[in-house]
Amino acid sequence: MSVPRFWRKQIARYNLVGTYCKACNEYFYPPRNLCPTCRREGEIGEFKFNGNGELVTYTVIHAAAEGFEGQTPYVLGIVQLEEGPRLTSQIVGDPKEMHIGLKVRPVFRRLGQSGERGMIYYGTKFVPA
Amino acid sequence: MSVGIVSYGAYIPRYRIKLEDIAKVWGDDAEILKAGLMVFEKSFPDVDEDTATMAVEAARSAVNRAGLDAQRIGAVYTGSESHPYAVKPTSTIVAEAVGATPVLTAADFEFACKAGTAAIQACMGLVSSGMIDLGLAIGADVAQGAPGDALEYTAAAGGVAYVIGNKESELAAIIEDTYSFTTDTPDFWRREGMPYPEHGGRFTGEPGYFKHVTNAAKGLMEKIGTKPDDYDFAVFHQPNGKFPSRAASMLGFSKEQIKPGLVVPRLGNTYSGSCMMGIAATLDQAKPGDRIFATAFGSGAGGDAFSITVTDRIEEIRNNAPKVEELLANPIYADYAKYARHKGKIKLA
Repeated sequence: MSVPRFWRKQIARYNLVGTYCKACNEYFYPPRNLCPTCRREGEIGEFKFNGNGELVTYTVIHAAAEGFEGQTPYVLGIVQLEEGPRLTSQIVGDPKEMHIGLKVRPVFRRLGQSGERGMIYYGTKFVPA
Repeated sequence: MSVGIVSYGAYIPRYRIKLEDIAKVWGDDAEILKAGLMVFEKSFPDVDEDTATMAVEAARSAVNRAGLDAQRIGAVYTGSESHPYAVKPTSTIVAEAVGATPVLTAADFEFACKAGTAAIQACMGLVSSGMIDLGLAIGADVAQGAPGDALEYTAAAGGVAYVIGNKESELAAIIEDTYSFTTDTPDFWRREGMPYPEHGGRFTGEPGYFKHVTNAAKGLMEKIGTKPDDYDFAVFHQPNGKFPSRAASMLGFSKEQIKPGLVVPRLGNTYSGSCMMGIAATLDQAKPGDRIFATAFGSGAGGDAFSITVTDRIEEIRNNAPKVEELLANPIYADYAKYARHKGKIKLA
């Protein structure tokens, strides 16, 4: 990932800042600039999620992508936040502890890095609450 | 005008390694080491944790504990000797992650194990002068110790954050005064680009730790006219259990006074977080009106002493964030292989 590309969405990744449509009461993460339901009638505003949610589904990665070899086995899951939006994230913890419906809370972790010389990417992951 | 602690927050990773498991790898006698160091296990980070992530967790905990508006924070200073970047501040990451940006000043501090208390002193000056409303001072480290070196038995991971302010009604503890004693003493260092620090062995004791801790502590008590009996609790930088216990007895403090803040036997030495973690553990238990004496030490070398009085406000904020004792509870024990992997001591091809 390029440095500017990460930086543009940095606040969203650090602090789970998404958006909210006042017209239809729907929450979005990652943030949307336009409500897909209300279109031009929508009224989009910024919304900071508290990050509490539930594990919708997950998988345990044993054969990792480049840069994640040191972390196997690790859990990748889909988390549904209390307000509704679903996001993909690493779930920190023992794979044996994971189950669908597990309550989770956010933590601040390293998401990755561009090799030893490049930028370190920080952001939100989840742990069992 | 008073200046003091508006809030505080601590973070300790869940992983622990017992000294036996390190001693086994290097053929050392764990019983002799445990008796000599008074350290039984130490914390280490998860694979995706570093000084910045721990500083953020501690800072968020501090902001939440007192329900503060992070936009009031006018300075973020992070003290560490393991900043993830050699050039690029940890403090900007923290400031963004607690929501304090963009109107603030920020910088990273380095003074071996006392960079965090130097950050507290800088914040005290800034709030007292009226330059800023609140200051955030952090000490965090993924402490480094070369494989097989004596430091490896104690070098731990953790972070502690203090919000410093001067509005009397907001202060959970008043810092009555601070006093520092600093000389150029090469007892411990790490050169640019080197992964692990070097140290002067026994030289770190008398001319380093004890000289600077006792002179800073005595200097402060002389300056404000107090004596060890005036304090309910005392905290000294804890590279191991033995040094702070000896410093306390040299100065006339009792074992009972240092007990609540002596977290090193179950945590290890969190370097920049060490003394600040001890103060946090003491604040977790102190009653309004209690007085705490604290002295941090940083190799290189210097001591920062603080005289602190706890206020009624502590009772209102104490339970709103995890206490040090809760962070020490429920650890995940791991062997040396997992520890080496988490600390990046095993290089992948």
